[in-house]
Amino acid sequence: MAVNKPGAGKPRGNLPPLELYVPEPQFRPGDTVDYSGLVIPEAGRQPRPDEACAASETRPLCDDMIRVLDAEGRAVGPWDPALDPETLRRMLRAMALTRAFDDRMYRGQRQGKTSFYMKCTGEEATSVASAFALADDDMVFPSYRQQGILITRGFPLVEMVNQIYSNRADRLKGRQLPIMYSARDYGFFSISGNLATQYPQAVGWAMASAIKGDTRIATSFIGEGSSAEGDFHAAMTFAAVYNAPVVLNVVNNQWAISSFSGFAGGERATFAARAIGYGIAGLRVDGNDALAVYAAMQWAANRARANAGPTLIEHFTYRAEGHSTSDDPSAYRSAQEREEWPLGDPIMRLKQHLVALGEWDDERHAAMDLELAEEVKKATKEAEKNGILGHGLHHPFHTMFEDVFEELPWHLEEQAEQAIHERRIKWPSWKEFSK
Amino acid sequence: MSSEEAALSLATASARPLNMIEAINDALDLMMSRDPDVVVLGEDVGYFGGVFRATANLQRKYGKNRVFDTPINECGIIGAAVGMAAYGLRPVPEIQFADYIYPGLDQLISEAARMRYRSAGEFTAPVTVRSPFGGGIFGGQTHSQSPEALFTHVAGLKTVIPSTPHDAKGLLIAAIEDDDPVIFFEPKRIYNGPFDGDYDSPSKTWKSHPGGKVPEGYYRIPLGKARTVREGSAMTVLVYGTMVHVAEAVLAAKGVDAEIIDLRTLVPLDIEAVEKSVEKTGKCLVIHEATRTSGFGAELVALVQERCFYHLEAPVERVTGFDTPYPHSLEWAYFPGPVRIGEAVDRLMKE
Repeated sequence: MAVNKPGAGKPRGNLPPLELYVPEPQFRPGDTVDYSGLVIPEAGRQPRPDEACAASETRPLCDDMIRVLDAEGRAVGPWDPALDPETLRRMLRAMALTRAFDDRMYRGQRQGKTSFYMKCTGEEATSVASAFALADDDMVFPSYRQQGILITRGFPLVEMVNQIYSNRADRLKGRQLPIMYSARDYGFFSISGNLATQYPQAVGWAMASAIKGDTRIATSFIGEGSSAEGDFHAAMTFAAVYNAPVVLNVVNNQWAISSFSGFAGGERATFAARAIGYGIAGLRVDGNDALAVYAAMQWAANRARANAGPTLIEHFTYRAEGHSTSDDPSAYRSAQEREEWPLGDPIMRLKQHLVALGEWDDERHAAMDLELAEEVKKATKEAEKNGILGHGLHHPFHTMFEDVFEELPWHLEEQAEQAIHERRIKWPSWKEFSK
Repeated sequence: MSSEEAALSLATASARPLNMIEAINDALDLMMSRDPDVVVLGEDVGYFGGVFRATANLQRKYGKNRVFDTPINECGIIGAAVGMAAYGLRPVPEIQFADYIYPGLDQLISEAARMRYRSAGEFTAPVTVRSPFGGGIFGGQTHSQSPEALFTHVAGLKTVIPSTPHDAKGLLIAAIEDDDPVIFFEPKRIYNGPFDGDYDSPSKTWKSHPGGKVPEGYYRIPLGKARTVREGSAMTVLVYGTMVHVAEAVLAAKGVDAEIIDLRTLVPLDIEAVEKSVEKTGKCLVIHEATRTSGFGAELVALVQERCFYHLEAPVERVTGFDTPYPHSLEWAYFPGPVRIGEAVDRLMKE
């Protein structure tokens, strides 16, 4: 059957042959970066519709960009959340602490204290300012780059490091890849590692809260890359169908490992614009502007809490570092991107704002950074007392078989016996650590 | 609830004849009335009551907040159920046909099954996924599959398959009460009556079958406990679902004094019942409708060989569906019916 052979289609007049389009990012290693083609709307010019408005009223905001902080660091326009200086300083501190934590953990991985780490450098505002706008008991279904939420909610740094080291004090018993935290008592869902699975789960949690007549809402975060997953469509459909009290966030940091946002469809439409097709509210926000992020999340949270429906928020930001400690971004993108990024650095921008208000200065900032570095160092030292990855086997072997089910069935009991038997041969001097 | 209590309530309860769909509906009704956290969701399960009527009248009785239709999106159905369970509910999603469960596999395998483990018990997924499975109803390749082995291969999932209305109710209640995720496959060929494997004979109803007597009220059949369908000494038959009845009929017709074990739960498996029986009979026949290669039968054969080798008087026999998609017109050529089972029985009896 010749017609089924590749390339065997009939000639069709003067039609050119079909061409496959494969997206290509603007800049590759060594290229000069020019972001002048990127549309960055003026801060303060975006209208702020009523929180209970028809979803269609937010359509212009799906292509616009909600911005509050202007080039001089002033908070302008209807989205200015008018936060008091003390709150602004706490927000700045949480963002700086997140960065200090990332820096130390990154070095810890390089020093062999653990296998893996993921920084959120440049994206701190998306998680920290969001957490400030949420109620403490709202449920967060995070991806792997929302450590800022845990830090803002006061989850002990030592617990985070224990998890990263998979040590004997790790509340997850050394089972999860570093940074895949779970903190139920802080309203922070167990991080999967499979992308976007948490999105429909967040919607389900929100539906349950509505079924029970609760007051808590749910929120979830994914990257722009994983918005290509089917789970995104499942979540958006369910959120829309059941008017679920949920805020769905897409952190558009431009890069999914080495694939730029074009491979998730970002060349044709904004990620916020996907809200339009589902008939839910959508907001596109300057993700490096903590006040804009706060204002957008506050708007969406209030909307959800008032039974006015779900919102999709695109946080337009930039992944300033590699995807993870296993990634080398210099192999696929221009190093200039980070320097030229037109939305600046979220910490520097909030600092500039506080300075412009006369509520902050360079000396206090430098002192804060020193203090935070010390705080993180202290936490890592404390955690190291519980062991680091690779230095000993920190968890009793039987724990490997626990929690597969609530109770151990016979086959897991047998396998546990085998593991313990092997331990006696492979590590005869191993002793269970007693607290 | 101890098994003694369960036994007491069974003895005193009055039973009435129900088919398997009615028994499942009864279990759902009962659990929804006992536990306000039980919710039912799935395609067409609400107002309409499900394409097989398993959720009939539940929405009218418990309201749209607890029994509702869903978009046609199995990833969303199971994903939302996992989120609801994380909130503290006890969702019972229906997947309309087991053949449609695949878009929800990531949410089952990577999420529900591992939630307790990866969060060290902070979050659990007490989700019971109900789904009709198996062939014999001219459903073609997309309404006939038996994918149970996929789920038994996943650490953290329990897989339950009833073979009678009585068991369907008691097992479903236990599954819903279980704090781990359970895949509850309902053999749709025997929804309305037992099936002896003779596709030409008139359909039977559950009325005359002892398994069709379903006690009123609450009772549970613990997961992981097999049922001895028939005691015997000539061979052990390990079987579940529709094939329980086919095996029973074939062995009766051949006059073989077989011990037939209905496994009821594949994971966790009642290994004691298996070992005890094979040690007694010295021969073992494993039967399932699912495709052969890497089917659950392979696991059963391996376990029997590992644990009962010195009691075996013959190689373990395995009767299964063929390794093809479920064909429409050749359905009864595919089905592991009386001829295939009969020949395996003959081989075992010759040894």
